[in-house]
Amino acid sequence: MPELSLLADALVRATPLIIAGLAVAFAFRGGVFNIGAEGQLLVGAIAATAISLWAGPVLGRLTLFVALPGAAIAGAAWAGIAAELRRRFRVLEIISTIMLNFIAIHLVSFLVRGPLQEPTRIYPQTESLAEAARLPVILSGTRLHAGFAIAILLAVGFAWFFRRTALGFRIRATGAAPAAAWSAGRIDVGRTSYIVFLVSGGLAGLAGGIEVSGVTFALYENLSAGYGYTAIAVALIAGLNPLGVIASGIFFAFLETGALALQRDFAIPSSVASVAEALLILAALAVSSLRGRGIPGLKRVRPT
Amino acid sequence: MTEAAAGQKIAGTRHPSLEMRGITKQFGAVVALSDVSLSVQPGSIHALLGENGAGKTTLMRIAFGMIAADAGSILRDGTLLTMRSPADAIAARIGMVHQQFSLIPAMTVAENVALGGKGLYRFDDIADRMRAVATMTGLSLNPRAKVASLTSAERQKLEIIRTLAHDATLLILDEPTTVLTERDTGELFEQLHVFVKTGRSVVLITHKLQNALSHADEVTVLRRGKLILNAPMSSATRESLTTAMLGTVLNDTPLARPAANRLHVVARVTAPAVEVFAGEILGVAALEGAAGPLLRLLAGRGQGPTADIPAPERTGFVPENRQDEAMIPDFSLAENIALRNAGQRRGLIDWKKVNEDASEVIRQFDVRAAGLEATARSLSGGNQQRFVLGRELGDNPSLLVLENPTQGLDVNAAAAVHERMRAARNAGTAIVFYSSDLDELAELCDRVVVIGGGRVFSSSPDAGEIGQLLLGIETAEHPIA
Repeated sequence: MPELSLLADALVRATPLIIAGLAVAFAFRGGVFNIGAEGQLLVGAIAATAISLWAGPVLGRLTLFVALPGAAIAGAAWAGIAAELRRRFRVLEIISTIMLNFIAIHLVSFLVRGPLQEPTRIYPQTESLAEAARLPVILSGTRLHAGFAIAILLAVGFAWFFRRTALGFRIRATGAAPAAAWSAGRIDVGRTSYIVFLVSGGLAGLAGGIEVSGVTFALYENLSAGYGYTAIAVALIAGLNPLGVIASGIFFAFLETGALALQRDFAIPSSVASVAEALLILAALAVSSLRGRGIPGLKRVRPT
Repeated sequence: MTEAAAGQKIAGTRHPSLEMRGITKQFGAVVALSDVSLSVQPGSIHALLGENGAGKTTLMRIAFGMIAADAGSILRDGTLLTMRSPADAIAARIGMVHQQFSLIPAMTVAENVALGGKGLYRFDDIADRMRAVATMTGLSLNPRAKVASLTSAERQKLEIIRTLAHDATLLILDEPTTVLTERDTGELFEQLHVFVKTGRSVVLITHKLQNALSHADEVTVLRRGKLILNAPMSSATRESLTTAMLGTVLNDTPLARPAANRLHVVARVTAPAVEVFAGEILGVAALEGAAGPLLRLLAGRGQGPTADIPAPERTGFVPENRQDEAMIPDFSLAENIALRNAGQRRGLIDWKKVNEDASEVIRQFDVRAAGLEATARSLSGGNQQRFVLGRELGDNPSLLVLENPTQGLDVNAAAAVHERMRAARNAGTAIVFYSSDLDELAELCDRVVVIGGGRVFSSSPDAGEIGQLLLGIETAEHPIA
């Protein structure tokens, strides 16, 4: 069934977009401009690979239960650098997270040519993950892995978290109006922002870990096809709504896999898809500001 | 340019330098100015006196074209002016120095002087103009200095130089001495005296009686948007001006004020030393903006140091700036209710309870809203105010800090708020109440502290006494609270 496998491929592609999209939506809702999902995702991928390769032989089937949380912690730590820079030196996270992206990209390059390179030392990539350390396929005959289910669960949990929990409310309030959150809500705005950094980074890191455990099974350069950047578009088109992120993540995945197919079969450059993505973002921003609401978090001119 | 022309004016017809006739201005339901006239003679320093909110700044903003008057006319040297924007005022050679400086600290003095000019920036031209101003008034600054390195007195000087470099012959100064030391104030007035010698004029907006008495040639007093007095300074005395500014204070029958629980200190700060007891309304009187930090400190919303006694868990706070500090405009009313104590809440939010609380506030405080899911932004100003008051009062707080809570409310709504404040006080709540309306303070408060000149005085709840302390007149022993 080629249609089914095309659909599955798109959903595989959608998985990192949805999870990283949730990371970005979480940050933006909380008033943190985390542009660094790409770097956090890569650091998560490094952590998952390293844990799987080193501890895999011992842990066996339990490897995933260590590797994926490890990926999330690594992503959170990477975002934590930006959080710490903002707290201590008031460094804008827009700048610091972008810079950390570059560092993460080069960190991967270094690792796959150095400490983590495969034993024959020929290819700039790591050894492949053992079968036991990989995410199971949930639709037989396709590549669709359990990571997609995790993405859907995360989106639903995230929606519930914002709607029902006191912490979720504090994060929304801090993102929407920090002065009122502090004055009327007595919310510790600085602490709340810090939590937002860590959770957002953790989600992006998890996206990287899932990509390694479910798709690439090894770490190499260009492991992420700009997922962390496309995630910004995914989050914005979804209006920062977690359930909307599922839809927009799948939509962008179709756009990208479709563009690859067009290039392969009809020699239409796949950059057409990138142009379409950019136009969509601009249109979405224009529409939301026409409706007079703006996308929460993006209205803030000066960070506090 | 000017000296010859201005000199002729004195010798010739002698029109007033600035004349404002029958100026009326209304902001919503609030009448800011009602039929106010003012006449500034050439060669004079004209003091515009009045309490906070008397309409001084509004009147001068109209003269400077920043606000359009609803009625009335403005004449400059006898010619009728059409004011659409400050550009028209500048063309008519009127200059205004605002209370808040509008300088760019990263730029040099000369560059700041050039701001607002047209065409190319040439340092030499600006330096020439600054020299011309210096010979005319004695006001001089190094044009190459960075503004960031200037003291506030020098920045004030720069604001004036900039205005004069754009050829103003009528200078409006809004509270120029607030940031100045006594010595700098003296120097400023010396220069102003030189400036007006050649037929130019100065309008000095001030609440400081002493400045007006010792330096002005004419005086106009406004009270609550009405013209009270317009006279040469020679005919005015300290007493006549005080009465004109504050009005004769009627001592109405004092209300029964229950004794506060002196043993139960609810809030305390040491610098300045202020204590708040359970079951009292402590009034705070201060000039515009001076009370904000103290109120926030007491309410546990301070930015820097904390109070000696941390604010109780249930501390209500009604800030003056509702839109930015009291609520989140894009959140629904229910969510804005949930904002109360959001910092302390753990676990899950019980939205059913929140909705019940929100309905209760809407019902009790007569908030006109489309429903609980309506955004706070969709409410009118008065409804927003009632909503915030309802939220903060509805929680039976142990401490309630209110900053101008009846601002923007009509008389009946304000009376309802007063009633609720009294009820809360009688139920044992400690209330800290700031109002720019001294009569309102006198009517409601058990005790009053006055913040003036960086010091804190305690006062009896009497509008006259509070007003005098605010003006810096110590009539009796006023122990520092």
